[in-house]
Amino acid sequence: MRILVCIKQVPDTNEVKIDPKTNTLMREGVPSIINHDDKAAIEAALAIKESHDAEVIVMTMGPPQADYALREALAMGVDRVILLSSRAFAGADTWATSLTLAGAIRNMPAVDLIFCGRQAIDGDTAQVGPELAEHLDLPQVTYVQKIKSLSHNSIVVERGLEHGYEIVESSLPVVLTTVKELNVPRYPSMRGIVDAFDCNEVEVWNEKKVTVPVDQLGLDGSPTKVIRTFTPPAKSPGKVLEGINAREKAQRLALHLQQKNLI
Amino acid sequence: MSIVILNDKCTACGTCVDSCPFGAIDLQNEAARINDNICTGCNACVSACAFEAIINPETKEEKPEAQTAVYHGVWVFAEQREGHIMNIALELLGEGRKLADDLGVPLSALLLGHQIENKTEQLFSQGADSVYVLDNELLKEYRTESYAAAFVQAVKTYRPDIVLIGATNIGRDLAPRVACRLHTGLTADCTELAIDPEIKLLMQTRPAFGGNIMATITCPNHRPQMATVRPGVMKKLQQPADSSKGKKILVPFDTSKVNIRTTVREIVQAAGKIVNLEEAQIIVSGGRGLGQKEGFALIEEAAVALGGVVGASRAAVDAGWIPHSHQVGQTGKTVSPKLYIACGISGAIQHQAGMSKSGTIVAINKNPDAPIFQLADFGVVGDLYQVLPALIEEIRALQNLAHQA
Repeated sequence: MRILVCIKQVPDTNEVKIDPKTNTLMREGVPSIINHDDKAAIEAALAIKESHDAEVIVMTMGPPQADYALREALAMGVDRVILLSSRAFAGADTWATSLTLAGAIRNMPAVDLIFCGRQAIDGDTAQVGPELAEHLDLPQVTYVQKIKSLSHNSIVVERGLEHGYEIVESSLPVVLTTVKELNVPRYPSMRGIVDAFDCNEVEVWNEKKVTVPVDQLGLDGSPTKVIRTFTPPAKSPGKVLEGINAREKAQRLALHLQQKNLI
Repeated sequence: MSIVILNDKCTACGTCVDSCPFGAIDLQNEAARINDNICTGCNACVSACAFEAIINPETKEEKPEAQTAVYHGVWVFAEQREGHIMNIALELLGEGRKLADDLGVPLSALLLGHQIENKTEQLFSQGADSVYVLDNELLKEYRTESYAAAFVQAVKTYRPDIVLIGATNIGRDLAPRVACRLHTGLTADCTELAIDPEIKLLMQTRPAFGGNIMATITCPNHRPQMATVRPGVMKKLQQPADSSKGKKILVPFDTSKVNIRTTVREIVQAAGKIVNLEEAQIIVSGGRGLGQKEGFALIEEAAVALGGVVGASRAAVDAGWIPHSHQVGQTGKTVSPKLYIACGISGAIQHQAGMSKSGTIVAINKNPDAPIFQLADFGVVGDLYQVLPALIEEIRALQNLAHQA
């Protein structure tokens, strides 16, 4: 069995703060991490590798420094990593990104399972997984929160819903998008870390290695265009209620709420 | 793809350095310089520059191609589960009505399911001029492949200009599949939609970079223009519309080429009560400041006293104190109650993204510097374990007075 995991290196958006004076992003020291949902996808693939003797390939599209995320995946125990990186890929929206990933997948040996994280914490679109499935004409199951069983030609998973879940069976190959609640990703071993940064190769593929017309890549190939970005306007802060103790403050608050007909 | 800085116009003011979400710009030799390895071409610096010193040669003033003109009308996907129209569909009709009126075009709903024809009345009264119905046994329960096939057939036949879909666990599964097959753009989780009065394009504004910045996105040369919107973001019509003129259009569903490779074996409802945060008028939320799981008993007590429901921050959910279904924020629910009381929640930007549209916001927090106070209409600096019980008592006293009066 061969498993492909698509991951994204993202800035840890929880670490981003807004400068209250200038109302702009403070980026100093914001670390780059493997997106949480994607790390759950790597762990799921590695668990299957252990139980079903599979080869695990991890692929990402990104700038040269995304190499670091792939080495982290190697250290966790995956077999092969591929970095799709080229100026031609830059500025891609989800349509062009998924098309590029699909083009790369066509140029590798056939895979049985494709895992993607449900969504990235920097973009939050959750679109690349389903669009990848569409480009490859494969079935998809999104919001996978549990893998119940796997055979050589089918898989049964739990797909999360707003108030519960559904149990879905799919034929293979299939695209699954995972949520971080699926598992607890392993830590890389010391040996894994040393090997990943010393020995193992990161293959870098550019536009010549993916089967996609050049005009459909990157910004040019993207149907959507970002025309403006801005920092949300800061609201003027309201009133901090004074009082000698908690009771007095609570009384004032209750009166304010009553005046607004909220009580 | 390359952003260009015109050195003769650049004053090295540094505005672009701050505007770049990716840290790709620095100042060197009295001018800004872009690191092409980091730049994603997002254009944030282009709009930030006050001196027109930054240009993106690849952003042409793009005129919609001729074929986009044949696309006409605004569509809303009327998501239903077990025959019940989801509230998000009605919210989208409210928003779609405004967009359709701005464009002077009809508003339609797309209804997919089995034995659901009787649901059209509700859609008419919520603003739809017409409803396209695909009624087929294959559409009884949601499956990606049957729904995507039906959706695409309807769009290809009737060519709407704009399609709005709810960002539910079903909508977010379906919309990208449909957009991709139609080779068009899709903008996720929009918080604001508007029609540009000159070029008539749909301006889609959404949070990006984890909610730290907002981006306005268009889809100039592909149709339809597709967007998803999370539940609770848009408003239903205030007054029901006249439903007597609504037009029902039954659309045949050609199932011959539909290849369904997944089977839903079972649908399991979560135990416990369903929390309907999106429609709640009053929400009392607890966060990390509660310190322990048991703190939610106090939050619940306050919520009950006010006739509201319990929300939570991600920190409280991650700590295992309360199920994810209560989470408010970027990775939880978007809410807009009349009253939102945040207790022990510092107010990270991700939390704000889910609750900043609330009518009145109250913050109770020990830390006077917590960002939540920037957003709150009323702030109480103090220990929530002292403030909240006192507040509950006050609320009950005021309610009793009101009863006696």
